[in-house]
Amino acid sequence: MIRGAPGRGSGASFRALRDNGKNLLTESVMSQSQAKGQFGDALFFNLTRTVAFITLALLAGIVLSLTWSALPSIQKFGFSFLTSSAWNPPADDFGALVPIYGTIVTSIIALLIALPISFGIALFLTEMAPAWLRRPLGIAIELLAGIPSIVYGIWGLLVFAPIFGQYVQPFIAKTLGKLPLIGTLFSGPSLGIGILAAGIILAIMIIPFIASVMRDVFELVPPMLKESCYGLGGTTWEVVSKVVLPYTRVGVIGGVMLGLGRALGETMAVTFVIGNASLIGSFSLFMPGNSITSALANEFAEATPGLYTAALVELGLILFVITFIVLSLSKLLLRSLEKQSGGSAH
Amino acid sequence: MNLRNRRKTINVIALGLSLGAMAFGLFWLIWILWMVFEQGIGALSLSLLTLDTPAPGNAGGLRNAIFGSFIMVGLAMAMATPVAILAGIYLAEYGRNTWLGNVTRFVNDILLSAPSIVIGLFVYAIYVAQVGKFSGLSGALALALLVIPVVVRTTEDMLALVPNALREAAFALGAPKWKVIMLVTLRSAKTGVITGILLALARISGETAPLLFTALSNQFWSADLSEPMANLPVTIFKFAMSPFTDWQQLAWAGVFIITMGVLFLNILARVVFRQQSAQH
Repeated sequence: MIRGAPGRGSGASFRALRDNGKNLLTESVMSQSQAKGQFGDALFFNLTRTVAFITLALLAGIVLSLTWSALPSIQKFGFSFLTSSAWNPPADDFGALVPIYGTIVTSIIALLIALPISFGIALFLTEMAPAWLRRPLGIAIELLAGIPSIVYGIWGLLVFAPIFGQYVQPFIAKTLGKLPLIGTLFSGPSLGIGILAAGIILAIMIIPFIASVMRDVFELVPPMLKESCYGLGGTTWEVVSKVVLPYTRVGVIGGVMLGLGRALGETMAVTFVIGNASLIGSFSLFMPGNSITSALANEFAEATPGLYTAALVELGLILFVITFIVLSLSKLLLRSLEKQSGGSAH
Repeated sequence: MNLRNRRKTINVIALGLSLGAMAFGLFWLIWILWMVFEQGIGALSLSLLTLDTPAPGNAGGLRNAIFGSFIMVGLAMAMATPVAILAGIYLAEYGRNTWLGNVTRFVNDILLSAPSIVIGLFVYAIYVAQVGKFSGLSGALALALLVIPVVVRTTEDMLALVPNALREAAFALGAPKWKVIMLVTLRSAKTGVITGILLALARISGETAPLLFTALSNQFWSADLSEPMANLPVTIFKFAMSPFTDWQQLAWAGVFIITMGVLFLNILARVVFRQQSAQH
């Protein structure tokens, strides 16, 4: 190791030549400080390692403690918890179907809207925008990603939902609602709040996340590849669709999964506008519903200890497991793109 | 239409759509910020800082909520930052290719995007449920757990940017590794680490979900960490969902304060980071 080098090897011959007290003094000081350094090293190494281990233990701690707290509910309902749509606190009868349905449907709506928009934004930022616009626009998108979700929530409830219910929903009901199969999705009263509104607010929230990951990923494409396509006479769209996208496919999917992870776990933006109704009345997206996060946000603090609390914790556990899987996939995909291009996607 | 024209048309349509997407994205940003400004500035007054949260129909402010938020956010940063920096040091300096390093890095990245409400549940399960009551301290604990992944990540990334020549120069002088890290590597990555801390601060300043069942809320002034503590996000949540217009006004004022604070921290982090990049 480097740390022992100056005192030992080369010092030995010198010591033989100049055997005086001064040298002995430096020698003893040296070994003393060396011992101190080694002790400090061991201490510091173990300190940082312990702390890193704590981070790791955190994950295990979350899973274990949630499972433990959810145990009464897991024992009582077993697997039927996932398939039952009952949610009746006084009768101690609980099922996760309605919140899981709400979480998944709002996230799907959000992805359907956010995916093409984020792709367009990333395309604009990497291939179209003049150089002087790229930075400020990129920063604007990133700042949008930093705005706390409660801001989206209050805006969604007090500004967006009234306008949405008064103008947009009747219009959708008149057009899409008349179509044969998907018509049922867009029927019912125009309340403003509901599953569709929650999905749209979620989309607005995750657009910046997905767009900035996609932009970073697009920038990993070696300029040489793009330029050779341009050199063959390709248009910008052809470069993007035939060179950039195939090259970054894995990373794009990773970015989308990251956005999906956000959407699944988002609490405040959804809770404000989803309407908080624990029932599946119909498949209409206009109806109010409930997501895992909104059920937790609204009911947990007031839930009576016992089965009610346990059922809510189990909802949280389900959410954590789902997002863990989605985020892990996203990480693995993004990492494999990084390895492929030898760079870093951050 | 010949092939050339068709390709050109497709290109123009695609680029037009991309321009449209950008405009669409900015449209929401501007609309949201505009409403926050319009409603927020209209609701601003000095009494926000001098009066506590009122009962509906009474005059009031957000003094206790702002105070509580400051206390909990400050405490969370104080608890989490040293831990997170040490973990970041381990990942960058010791654990680059060890199993512990790789697994921790992976888990940290997952925790970075994990739903914050689950962190709230976790703190509820291990602390609030055991003690038997909601408290400001548990709120700070939940926020601290959200800070850790952010700071770990940026610390590691910033340390990885430090050129190895710098480390080797310090080793050549006979410095032990911990001294090299603390006095050379960490110091030269200082501004980057500060950027991470600022970003973490921005993130937890607006976090609502983890506080809902840890700190809860408190309508009155309280500096007691073992009692439920008022805080801005939960107060905003409660007031915005209420049917009372004066509560909604206060919620807008709170949203304005939080948004400005978070935007300021984000921009500050950028400025600090740009100074770092200019150094290298």
